[in-house]
Amino acid sequence: MTKEEMDKHAVSKLLEIADRWYSQIKRAEIPYISLPTRTKHNIEYDEGTEVWKYGEKETTRTASTAKSALHLLKMAYVVGFLKDQIGENRSSTLREMYYISEGWKRAKFGAQDESNFLVEDLEIITELSREAFHLRPEEDGASIFGPVKIREQTRRGDKDIHCVEDVGEAGYSIPNNVERLTFLENDAKFVIAMETGGMYARLMENGFSEEYDAVLLHLKGQPARSTRRMLKRLNNELGLPVVVFTDGDPWSYRIFASIAYGSIKAAHMSDILVTPGAQFVGVQPSDISTYNLPSDHLTEGDIAALKAELTDPRFDTEYWRNQINLQIKLGLKSEQQAFASRGLDFVTKEYLPARLSEMGII
Amino acid sequence: MELAEQLAGQQKSISVAEFFEKNKHLLGFDSPTRGIITTIKEAVDNSLDACEEAEVLPDIFVGVKKVDKDVYRIIVEDNGPGIVPKQVPFVFGKLLYGSRFHQIKQSRGQQGIGISAAVLYAQLTTGVPAVVISRTSHKNKAHRFEIMIRTEANEPEVLKDEEIEWDRMHGTRIEIEFKTTLAAKKRLLDYLMYTSVVNPHARIKADIDGEVYNFERVNEETIVPPKAILPHPHGLELGQLKRIAAASDSNLKDFLINSFSRVGDKNADEIIGGSGLKESRKAKTLTNEELKKLLESMQNVEVPPPPASQCLSPIGENMIIRGIDKEFQLDFVRARTRKSKVFSGHPFIVEAAIGYGGKLESEGTATILRFANRVPLLYQQGACAITNSISGINWKAYNISQQGLPTGPVLILVHVASTNVPFTSESKDAVASIPEIEKEIVLALQDLGRDLKMFLGRRDRNKQFEERARAVCSILPDIAMKVSEIVEKPVPDISPLEGQIMKKVVAKKGVRDGFVEIMLSNYTNTAVSLTIYNMSPEDGKDASPKPDFVDNIGDEYNKLWKAVIEPDNMWSAKYKGTNGGTLDIRGVEEKKLVVIDLDN
Repeated sequence: MTKEEMDKHAVSKLLEIADRWYSQIKRAEIPYISLPTRTKHNIEYDEGTEVWKYGEKETTRTASTAKSALHLLKMAYVVGFLKDQIGENRSSTLREMYYISEGWKRAKFGAQDESNFLVEDLEIITELSREAFHLRPEEDGASIFGPVKIREQTRRGDKDIHCVEDVGEAGYSIPNNVERLTFLENDAKFVIAMETGGMYARLMENGFSEEYDAVLLHLKGQPARSTRRMLKRLNNELGLPVVVFTDGDPWSYRIFASIAYGSIKAAHMSDILVTPGAQFVGVQPSDISTYNLPSDHLTEGDIAALKAELTDPRFDTEYWRNQINLQIKLGLKSEQQAFASRGLDFVTKEYLPARLSEMGII
Repeated sequence: MELAEQLAGQQKSISVAEFFEKNKHLLGFDSPTRGIITTIKEAVDNSLDACEEAEVLPDIFVGVKKVDKDVYRIIVEDNGPGIVPKQVPFVFGKLLYGSRFHQIKQSRGQQGIGISAAVLYAQLTTGVPAVVISRTSHKNKAHRFEIMIRTEANEPEVLKDEEIEWDRMHGTRIEIEFKTTLAAKKRLLDYLMYTSVVNPHARIKADIDGEVYNFERVNEETIVPPKAILPHPHGLELGQLKRIAAASDSNLKDFLINSFSRVGDKNADEIIGGSGLKESRKAKTLTNEELKKLLESMQNVEVPPPPASQCLSPIGENMIIRGIDKEFQLDFVRARTRKSKVFSGHPFIVEAAIGYGGKLESEGTATILRFANRVPLLYQQGACAITNSISGINWKAYNISQQGLPTGPVLILVHVASTNVPFTSESKDAVASIPEIEKEIVLALQDLGRDLKMFLGRRDRNKQFEERARAVCSILPDIAMKVSEIVEKPVPDISPLEGQIMKKVVAKKGVRDGFVEIMLSNYTNTAVSLTIYNMSPEDGKDASPKPDFVDNIGDEYNKLWKAVIEPDNMWSAKYKGTNGGTLDIRGVEEKKLVVIDLDN
């Protein structure tokens, strides 16, 4: 699809929403909108795509209470704003839109969370991503380092970049819109995504990428959409297996889940964001005792998060049940850099080779 | 002379009139301001009692005319049965003369002091005789008396007695002139209003120094006058027993059965058995000692309570509500008439009512209306068992704020009806603390408190609903505007949406595909019964459903349907046509109805 076609499609999708409300009002029906319920209880595993998506449960917002009416009014303003923005061929970030809403009188947002959430709702209704509405993400994409050559369409023309030879120590920065990338060539065998910058630098310094033909990827905490999309494309288009290496705590498992299973917030985008075959390397709770890793005690918040994961359908596998229950029993958590207690090379020379061969990656 | 003899020389008997002349406060004449109210109250009480006995609807006039700087002429006139001329001087000119003193039944006055005390008060302050006009029927002429009281003897002194023409067929008019002020005018008006509240069958007109007030009757039925009953054995005192026994010629058993209420064969035997006296004894031959024994035995034997339904005349829940409502136009009013109960052998009935909102002050202490035998109690509120019972209740439990007495736009009415209302004093201002009575008052008010709480709860919920609905309705136009702007179409009419949200009946009319359609939706909480008028050029012969009535008016036809629509249901009619004409809906309040023409 050309950019014009994509824009036209996006506008028609937005108009569909407004049209629906208009005819509801015309028919003397109180305007409403239906959306999948966005909770962990309404995500279902889709056999075909092997990702988790929203289930059948729907929430209907009818303008019959002040709260819902206000929500619909805000949505109407956002729809109007996006329609105009596409028409004028401009773009903005979520944060900018939040500030623009200051001028919308009673339809203005109370917090950015609210406008972010509303945009996600629109993505769900239109089955389009926010980029289609010319909404730019603001967070940086993560960095990659490894034997892959990429062509990036930039405002200054196409750039061909080899992610080892043409980049500095920080690696190649994944752009906000991954759709503008094409993979030219690669010698990689797999991708290892890491939660922390420290581990990313450690693997680079220890030559792990060269030794195992690995693409290193820095997630920067909970990965941005473009990062997840990048992982998905590396996996999908280059056929590279993806492994995820995080800290050994409940929040890190959610980072893994968002990559491998899909997130609850973005379950409507699972098809393009989720890498179904991604595997968890560690830190596994069992590693804490196996390697006698330095550890911290679980906080009450950690325990609650672990217990919530036990009721999360995405973690409903034997592996995760065992690991999570073990961690609750231990009462401990460890960071991925805790392996340094056994020497700076331990993680690249011993832990990862052992784990990866066990998992059949190398 | 010995001291005792000297003293004996000063000792002499005094008449009741002399006694009350000295002790005016005992009768409610302690101040000039009070005197005027007491006088009017006594006269109006007498009028109401008289009308009740004669079973006529009371039509009472109260006049207060300024005669001199601090002298007023009080006039009270009624359409009662009148008083036979030979008794008039005694009724108005002799204290303690009355027909009801020995009778056991509910009545306003009892001792026959009130009105003659007023006459006494008048002659004390101005020396002007009281004027009484009375006529007993259209066959007789009216008599006009000028009366004073000879205080030393407590006997009436008739200065003049003449036959006159009077436009009333029957009735009594009294005019008394005395030193007083109108400082308590507000209280006087309160008295008249309260009297009319508990006597909704009475019409009271008042002319207070040129200002006219009307208290209309709301009930056209006379009340059944209570009948006198015999004394009940349990409330009896020795002196009373002695008097009744002395007047009897019967033997003990017949005496008991015939002289007391609710004493039958079995009870009489039991009483006699318990007293150790012989059945054959004549009651009047009993000695003091024997009477004491008899009395004791009478108290010990269980006798059913006195027949309250005969001797008492409660106002009734419906009448109380109508009486209150006509004066206060409340948002909520409920009344309770309790079952009759007994204290010391005297039957009594407690009635109560609670009102909320309307014309009541929203701040400050609740309005408390106290009544005894249909007479408003105006003074000594603090000393009254009614007030005490009200403050003893935890009003906060019924969502009413309280500082001792409840506060806010609340009205509390309590009426104690009894053959013997236990007043704290002769001026009959306050009901004495009798546990049995207080208990009944509390129970009645608690019961009403629960009703009030429900009303307040529902009112708050309605208010909340309305606020929410208003909030939604304020946003809907913005939505409609923005959506129309996006789709670039004219802004649609949102009044049907507002109708739904505000829970109204929404009626729509429009032409579509060659058919005129009329659609009615009931978004209210109750079923509505509507009449639908549609005036248009089509005769609607093909309409479904068929109109209940079609009328040809000029070139047009007025079609009428009747429909009952349950809540959240709809009704529609359809006929071939191209012009919907006009639509008119009847049967639902205008503020609950939205009519929309879809073609305009």
